[in-house]
Amino acid sequence: MSDLGHVLVLAGGVSFEREVSLASARRVIEALRRLGVDVDLVDVDATVLDRLTADPPDAVFIAMHGSEGEDGALRELLDLAGVPYVGATAAGARLAFDKTVAKAVLQAAGVAAPRSIAFSQTAIRDLGGHQLLDRCVRRLGLPLVVKPARGGSALGVTIVREATAFAHALVTCFAYDTVALVEQYVVGTELAISVVEDDDGTPRALPPVEIRPVDGMFDYAARYTAGMTEYHVPARITETARSCAVDVALLAHQALGLRDLSRTDVIVTADDEVLYLETNVAPGMTPTSLLPMAAAEVGIDLGTLCRDLLVRAATRGPSEPGAVPSRSPQALR
Amino acid sequence: MDGRTPRLDPYVERYAARTHGMTASEIRALFSVADRPEVISMGGGSPFVSALPLDLVAELAAKVIADRGAQALQYMSGQGDARLRELICGVMALEGISASPDDVIVTVGSQQALDIVARIFLDPGDVVLAEAPSYVGALGAFAQYQATVVHVAMDDDGLVPEALRETLRRMTEEGRRPKFLYVVPNFHNPAGVTLADGRRDEILEICAAADVLVVEDNPYGLLGFDGTAHRALRGRSTDGVIYLGSFSKIFASGIRVGWVVAPTGVKEKLIMASEATTLCPVALSQFLVAEFLAHHPWQEQVRIFRDLYRVRRDACLEALAAHFPPETSWTRPAGGFYVWVTLPPGIDAKAMLPRAIQQGRVAYVPGTGFYADGQGAGNLRLSYSLPEPERIREGVRRLGAVVAEERELVEALGGG
Repeated sequence: MSDLGHVLVLAGGVSFEREVSLASARRVIEALRRLGVDVDLVDVDATVLDRLTADPPDAVFIAMHGSEGEDGALRELLDLAGVPYVGATAAGARLAFDKTVAKAVLQAAGVAAPRSIAFSQTAIRDLGGHQLLDRCVRRLGLPLVVKPARGGSALGVTIVREATAFAHALVTCFAYDTVALVEQYVVGTELAISVVEDDDGTPRALPPVEIRPVDGMFDYAARYTAGMTEYHVPARITETARSCAVDVALLAHQALGLRDLSRTDVIVTADDEVLYLETNVAPGMTPTSLLPMAAAEVGIDLGTLCRDLLVRAATRGPSEPGAVPSRSPQALR
Repeated sequence: MDGRTPRLDPYVERYAARTHGMTASEIRALFSVADRPEVISMGGGSPFVSALPLDLVAELAAKVIADRGAQALQYMSGQGDARLRELICGVMALEGISASPDDVIVTVGSQQALDIVARIFLDPGDVVLAEAPSYVGALGAFAQYQATVVHVAMDDDGLVPEALRETLRRMTEEGRRPKFLYVVPNFHNPAGVTLADGRRDEILEICAAADVLVVEDNPYGLLGFDGTAHRALRGRSTDGVIYLGSFSKIFASGIRVGWVVAPTGVKEKLIMASEATTLCPVALSQFLVAEFLAHHPWQEQVRIFRDLYRVRRDACLEALAAHFPPETSWTRPAGGFYVWVTLPPGIDAKAMLPRAIQQGRVAYVPGTGFYADGQGAGNLRLSYSLPEPERIREGVRRLGAVVAEERELVEALGGG
């Protein structure tokens, strides 16, 4: 189809989602090779820039999850090195990766989200914030969810059902990140809505995937052990909820200034209210991941999707270092 | 949905009950990072095989293929190579065990020995007694057969006889009898302590009186830093003890050669269980070990390992004393690979691990992995066998800073 030359899939690194990232990368590479794409894996370490500059690829697919792949740092380096890549720019990734920031952006755009309070480790340790934990519990109610502001795969996430477990949940969370997002626990149907841009850059939502963990909690084991979670596509929700969820995902993609692909997670309450949870700029591509599942549902082959995105990136060329994300004004209405 | 089932695994309803718990785990995710060179890993108990005379091992491997290739690359007896079994008897004699080659079954590492012992003795719900803490691989093997592990207290002299007595008394009252007692008497994994000679006969007497078999797992016995070996439990009682040995720590872990010695009736069943699992142990590995034992001063090699690990143990203990908060305590191993650390009150070693790896670039194994009943939150295991002494010092220094920060946080949150 194209004259796409050599491409690289960046994965691994020292993030805790290293294994997930390598599994994503293997799947993407296999899918691309089936289409005849010349692709290699790079397990990212301190030599990555040397490798990219010594033999520059036509484009790069970032299959790194967690801090290195999604906090914008790697993308910043790729911009400086002049290497085109698939996905959000550094600035967009940075906005999306911090759940407290992304949530504020979406709430400012009129999207509903679970009530929450952010606690930093500094506030707890140096400002006496621990004295307000009881007040936090009273305000949000129990159960509540404690999650690292920056991180993925549910690592460091705890559902707190008794006030006495709150402190330990914060300790667990702060081992992953310096800021904890403490959120009201909402009972409902969890959905993941992937967004992929067309060739002309128009974002298009794939069918929402309904996530139903067998044991109730979509934790690390439930995410990456086949059989521990039911995934329903199409999701078993009303048309009103589906339409609203899709709107939220498209709005998130635009309001956060994202590019090429993203995945937004929401929860639908019994009253069909759609609440925003988070957005990922490097969605998982493992055999239990949600974007490939949604793509398959509408007949999009993973290899074709990745190849098309790589062609787009190669055609687009490198991003301008330090560029601010281009956010759609409509998205912020 | 293109034939896809909602749970992605069409066989999910068909798995055996023993697969419960075989899931992706956060700890595994963390350890995939710990193996990266940026991280000083004091987690795994890997021997420092680089200290082996690798040229010599290469020659021996070539000789095995050249001289006995047709046998080395073929199936063989399920009990293992007769020549190696004879040499194993010589190894065991160093720890006071008198056995004939016919008593020995060669296994694919002593982990397979644990598996076949568990397989022939344990029905779902059976009770195994084990030290508190105990070797994680053994706990895993027992869990495969859905056994319940009851832990028995240890102190600096190993398993506490009075605690064993009390546990057996309590179980008798409850109408239960353990299938066996599992012990690692020398340079314990993970506790680092050694069962005092004075306690060994007492424990055998307690078990004999209660008609409880003892499974003695002894991979580290020849790695005592003062060069003396303790007389094995099997050397004191032949009928009541199943003995597990291994070449993983005194030669090489990658060759996967271990062995088991058991009373006659047990031995026959173990051979059949082993054949059902692997048909036979790996011939090539067995011949290589036999060549190493027969044609190389292997005890000199063990001395080299001992000296090397002693220097690393010293580096670890010195660094712990220099960099860990005063409320921390730890064991002082006289051999083997491990130091068992007890953290300041309120610190959860498992919860702290991401901070240690991410911020400190140092890894350890949280204590809970060494218990079947959720104990060990305040403990961690440090292994000093693999990193160079300088890396050990740096790793412990970094971990000390992580512990200090975690303690501040826990105190701020009202814990500790």
